[in-house]
Amino acid sequence: MTPIKHYPPKPQKVYFYGTCLIDVFYPGAGLDAIRLLEREGIEVIFPDDQTCCGQPAYTSGYHDEARRVALAQLALFPEPWPVVVPSGSCGGMLRVHYPTLLADTPQVDAAQDVAARTFELTEFLLNVCHVKLSDLGEPEQVAMHTSCSARREMGLGDTAPALLNQLGQVELVEQVRTTECCGFGGTFAVRHPEVSGAMVEDKVDAIEATGARHFVTSDCGCLMNINGNAEHRQKAVQGEHIASYLWRRTS
Amino acid sequence: MSVQTYSPREFHRQAHDALGNPQIRANFRRAMDGLMDKRGDAFSDWDVETLRELGANIRLRALAKLPDLLEQLEANCEANGIKVHWATDGDEACEIVSDICARHEAKSVIKGKSMVTEEMHLNAHLEAAGIEALESDLGEYLVQLNEQTPSHIIMPAIHLNTDEISDILHEKTGTERTRNVDTMTAAARAQLRERFMAADVGISGVNFAVAETGTLCLVENEGNGRMTTTVPPVHVAVTGIEKVVEHLRDVPPLYSLLTRSATGQHVTTYFNMINAPRQAGEFDGPKEVHLVLVDNGRSNIYQDDELLDTLRCIRCGACMNHCPVYTRVGGHAYGTTYPGPIGSILMPHLIGLEETQDLPSASSLCGACGEVCPVKIPIPDLLVRLRKEAVGEGRGNVPGAGVKRNKKELAAWKSWQWAATHPGVWRSGLTMASKLRALMPAKLAPWTDYRTLPQPAKTSLHTLVKRHHAKRGQE
Amino acid sequence: MSARDIILNHLRTRTDGAIPVPESDFSVMTGRGWDHDERLARFEQLITSVHAEVVHAQRSSWTQALAAILHDKGIKRLALGHEHPVACEARTGLAEAGVELVDPAREIERWQREQFERVDAGLTSTGGAIAETGSLWLWPTPDEPRRLSLVPSIHIAVLDSEAIDETFFDVIEAHGWARAMPTNALLVSGPSKTADIEQTLAYGVHGPKELVVIVRHGAD
Repeated sequence: MTPIKHYPPKPQKVYFYGTCLIDVFYPGAGLDAIRLLEREGIEVIFPDDQTCCGQPAYTSGYHDEARRVALAQLALFPEPWPVVVPSGSCGGMLRVHYPTLLADTPQVDAAQDVAARTFELTEFLLNVCHVKLSDLGEPEQVAMHTSCSARREMGLGDTAPALLNQLGQVELVEQVRTTECCGFGGTFAVRHPEVSGAMVEDKVDAIEATGARHFVTSDCGCLMNINGNAEHRQKAVQGEHIASYLWRRTS
Repeated sequence: MSVQTYSPREFHRQAHDALGNPQIRANFRRAMDGLMDKRGDAFSDWDVETLRELGANIRLRALAKLPDLLEQLEANCEANGIKVHWATDGDEACEIVSDICARHEAKSVIKGKSMVTEEMHLNAHLEAAGIEALESDLGEYLVQLNEQTPSHIIMPAIHLNTDEISDILHEKTGTERTRNVDTMTAAARAQLRERFMAADVGISGVNFAVAETGTLCLVENEGNGRMTTTVPPVHVAVTGIEKVVEHLRDVPPLYSLLTRSATGQHVTTYFNMINAPRQAGEFDGPKEVHLVLVDNGRSNIYQDDELLDTLRCIRCGACMNHCPVYTRVGGHAYGTTYPGPIGSILMPHLIGLEETQDLPSASSLCGACGEVCPVKIPIPDLLVRLRKEAVGEGRGNVPGAGVKRNKKELAAWKSWQWAATHPGVWRSGLTMASKLRALMPAKLAPWTDYRTLPQPAKTSLHTLVKRHHAKRGQE
Repeated sequence: MSARDIILNHLRTRTDGAIPVPESDFSVMTGRGWDHDERLARFEQLITSVHAEVVHAQRSSWTQALAAILHDKGIKRLALGHEHPVACEARTGLAEAGVELVDPAREIERWQREQFERVDAGLTSTGGAIAETGSLWLWPTPDEPRRLSLVPSIHIAVLDSEAIDETFFDVIEAHGWARAMPTNALLVSGPSKTADIEQTLAYGVHGPKELVVIVRHGAD
């Protein structure tokens, strides 16, 4: 659970691991993330055979199944290039859990190797690309929701706010209980729907109470969850993936 | 006395009831917010990560040497006149305690706060033997008067508000109704002073048992622990076997971590270190002191390198204070002696996964608990491990392993696995999802009970990237 | 097999084998670098923040401060030892104070109700104090039994200002506690309190409602 303290220099090439939620529901966010990376002069390799990181099976206890899927994902990254993931949850899966999930397999070394070069998108833009963003948008307030995986598994509570603070016309407002879980938790939302529902309601209310009508997040699970509840309750609060937000405001 | 009971098998219903109870919601929200703030303030002047690392090490060192330390603890206690008993499970421990009481023809017992005696259901056992067991910790006293069990391991009456407490004291002890906390406290003080004097036996827990010196350490604010262990002629201390520490110098770091993590205090009013019964020439203190060492599933947990970390726990309650689930459903919803995150990783070992099968999944794995655990127990990882055991893909060394194994879910994950390891199939699936997105139902419970359902996008990322790179290739 | 044997055997035949023993670095528990005045200030700030009272007095005249406290609080019956220098000086100093000095050197069974109901305060010496937490430490003795600082509603404790250590870890190490522990050792950090009623602090639950610390300054 420790953040990477020593970041590599900006590379020429990276692998991009889009994540299944982005693939199905928010592909625009994935494309915007790729554009952000390409704008920094990096060649983005998108292994066509990528599917799912395995996290839903992993957290459900189906490790045999998760392991087979993990092994298939590992095989996508043979070259020593960084793997950039637009999600703290899938990024955390690769970086934190693949080594233990594959501990008793011959591929454990490959898992350690990939884990060591896996980065979440905002972390990579800030600490590897040293990106300098120029804000071309209108002044507005925005709230940030950092996923629990990004915050606690990958140690990245600060990276997305740091990028948002680079945007000169954007005021980052903070909701109460900013570090509290939004209630998604993958299968938690369907196994314990009432508790999850109570959590996401509170999260939507907290974001609404900041006065900001817009929020961004680095994780599409959280995005689906918070947007979905806001829409269900006909709240004006609406969010998008931070990749789309940053791309739109700076290009 | 019939105690209001909850069961872990009824978690969903109990959680539902709690979620719909505005008072429970408000009480716990306010209480947990306060405890989280206090912990934050208490650690602001400390290098908290260094201290947590030291705490984790001390606990792990003690576990590494556990059997030797238990023998050393026993030897030192016995040399000082403390009689040591061993119990493989809660029932055996109850028998030991009631035998001691019977030998002294005890009619009434006064109790200092002890979660392990709750785990053992000691009070019910004593009552069945015709011995009155009265709780002396104010929160436990109130909960007992209200015929309930504690809803938090540190603040047992956290689910009650002032008016409810006033009602309880009025109805059960005749105290005049009041909102004045000092008045209620004074009433409880007066009532319990008589009971300390009258008690035949005092029963307490142990926060830390020091092997090096045979010392039993007790942490408290009220003074009832000192009363319980000093006033009655017999003192029985009960502890889980994992509460041993090696050296006396191991105590200050753990004590500091405990008080700051639990209630945000730098220190509690009293830290009570008991080494012996009343010696020749001394004029007060119990004439007999007993220590009961309880296993009750702990030596099973001990066998496994990953599960072992569960035993580091020093029972501070920080995990439940920071848990977004516990905050919303309260302690009773879990239906177990220990609720919240520590409950979900411990109770399956004590009473089995069949009983507790809904608890390991009652977490979004947000990790707030693991982040504040003073001894760095990797709680989310242990929850995932127990989920793995529950579906039968683990080592099978947790009682009730495999209870949640079911063909339907396994088949679903196997299909998912097959699709995710056959990229061509996966990509076809993406195309299908896009094409059929208009057919997505508006209602797909339980998701849609609280949220709208997102539609699959018109074009998957796979396809968008292909087009994007093709276009770039042309430029 | 006894329960003891079963448990120890189970622990000793561990499935996953021996557990590596980690090192512990205690440096975070010591070496605060506070001089005497800072220790005293921290001690006083912390213990008064939880409603203890601190009264400063000179070594040579502290029993006058004691007499004043007894008078102000209407304490008519005070239990205290005989042999400890603090108790001896107190007895001498209070000879004309109009306060009944109660003798605790009797089996408690003979005077329990008296101690609970008709003793206004207990006076004890202290072994020292801890600056970091605002705590007194006491090792009760036959002369100053355990209940003196517990049962009467007011506890008056006498502390020498040079006896304030920085941390609890320092107290244990510097005073060699591990070599031999007494029947009962205590840290006392204020009057009794609880937050069990809606997390509202209330004082005087089961232990003493009031704690007065007389800090003695100056050489012996």
